Amino acid sequence: MSENIKFVQGNEACAEAALYAGLNFYAGYPITPSSEITEFLASRLPQIGAKFMQMEDEISSLCAIIGASLTGCKVMTATSGPGFSLMQEALGYAIMAEIPCVIVNVQRGGPSTGLPTHGSQGDVNQARWGTHGDHAIIALTASNHQDIFALTVEAFNLAEIYRTPVILLLDEVVAHMRERLVVPQPGEMPLVERLKTSVKEGVDYHPYLPREDGRLPMSDFGEVHRYNVTGLFHDMWGFPSSEPRAVHGLLRHLVDKIENRVNQLARYKEYYIEDAKHLLVSYGSSARSARHIVEKRRSRGERLGLLELQTLWPFPDEIVREKCAAAQSVIVVEQNMGQVLQSVKLAVDKPDKVFLANRIDGVFIMPADILKILRLIQGKGV
Amino acid sequence: MVFSGSGGQGVITAAIILAEAAVLYDGLNAIQSQSYGAEARGGATRSDIIISDTTIHYPKVIQPNVLVCLTQAAYNKFYSIIRPGGLLISDSRYVQTEKKVDAQQKEIALYETVLEKIGKPIVFNICMLGAVSAIVEVVSPESIMKALENRIPADFLDMNRKALDIGIELGEATVR
Repeated sequence: MSENIKFVQGNEACAEAALYAGLNFYAGYPITPSSEITEFLASRLPQIGAKFMQMEDEISSLCAIIGASLTGCKVMTATSGPGFSLMQEALGYAIMAEIPCVIVNVQRGGPSTGLPTHGSQGDVNQARWGTHGDHAIIALTASNHQDIFALTVEAFNLAEIYRTPVILLLDEVVAHMRERLVVPQPGEMPLVERLKTSVKEGVDYHPYLPREDGRLPMSDFGEVHRYNVTGLFHDMWGFPSSEPRAVHGLLRHLVDKIENRVNQLARYKEYYIEDAKHLLVSYGSSARSARHIVEKRRSRGERLGLLELQTLWPFPDEIVREKCAAAQSVIVVEQNMGQVLQSVKLAVDKPDKVFLANRIDGVFIMPADILKILRLIQGKGV
Repeated sequence: MVFSGSGGQGVITAAIILAEAAVLYDGLNAIQSQSYGAEARGGATRSDIIISDTTIHYPKVIQPNVLVCLTQAAYNKFYSIIRPGGLLISDSRYVQTEKKVDAQQKEIALYETVLEKIGKPIVFNICMLGAVSAIVEVVSPESIMKALENRIPADFLDMNRKALDIGIELGEATVR
């Protein structure tokens, strides 16, 4: 067998991908439904001479990987909603101090401890605005194991390119189900390595002075350069500053480096969009139910299409507007009370034609749930 | 297919082995998932398996063609979801079946035979898998055995092989 085929859970696909991307420091606190990521890496990382740390809680987990990232490691932590809530303070710190890191949130029912063993997609807006203050964030999601693998690798790459935390929003359904995964050969997928400063020892290094292309080369903390890292607004040396120009400049930099590249960061898949009369917009596990309906109905000649979003933040407004333009109606399929629905309504020209097919009772959304809404729109009754 | 029973009986493990055998050794597509409460033992556990030669999108089972129930609680909870005319396999010691179910019901003495011939209930689930594979013929017993070799410590392989064979015999006896 030349191909490396595995039959694994989504969580294991994510952990395998992290290793592929070069993960060499993981800190975490196990929580359902993400625990298998921690479990898998606890056994694998020591085997390759990398570090695994079980921490006392979630904020310390994120703080630990932030520190490790500064020393030059590729880092990740994984949690679920309750733990992600506890990480928000450190998430803001990583955004402000521009620390590359990957945070996996395998969503379960919330708020609070909610529904530990049932799926949900209720943390989409938390990923965007969970931490305080103006900021930008990258959040990715996936609906099958091959895509989980690809987008986990992508998350590591984007974290390095933009010096930012990247959030991977999985959910219980894809994380716990098992299906085929083909692990790519080394070199098959491009990996982005840490951009290191060329400034020599003994020469002034400005940790927060962007190059012309906006990227900030890093120097492994604890090695040849001494510099300051802070959650306060700071100058190009990393020292606290409340000087208005510095504050304004830094905030614009933090937001613009991501928001100005919305289309570049957009990852999505489309099925039968061109002539679709009714277009489903979905993501994560919900997209599997949506795809099921689209394939079934297409075989009967019904003009249904699917836009599967993989980048949730920054929200790909222009692409969504363009893809939805010709459809008579748009149905957002998700397992929450309409979090992506709001973004889609804001993006399209005619928000009135956007409907929601959802499920919020812990039961995985069924094709019949989507059909019900479709029939209502078509005036066929329920 | 849906395998159901009580937490700790190994229905999820059996489901994983079957689906893994289909994917890794028979070149099929398969998805296995499970639903369970927060408890580690007890409760009605359920694992869904879909095996197909085409891509599988919706990953759960709504109406199983094959339903396996290893406890009364699981039978009571799940018998009504079976596809009309489907196949319902239950353990004759643990499950009292109902007449009204619209399915072909096969009550098999899995537990008692395992206890009698092997003496350890731990391989009850593998015996069930043998019976299912003999009756349904979707995944070959050889592939199931290969998948078992991946997941079971070497010292226990003989016992599992024996349980699988017992299950195959019991399953074949019901279709003869």
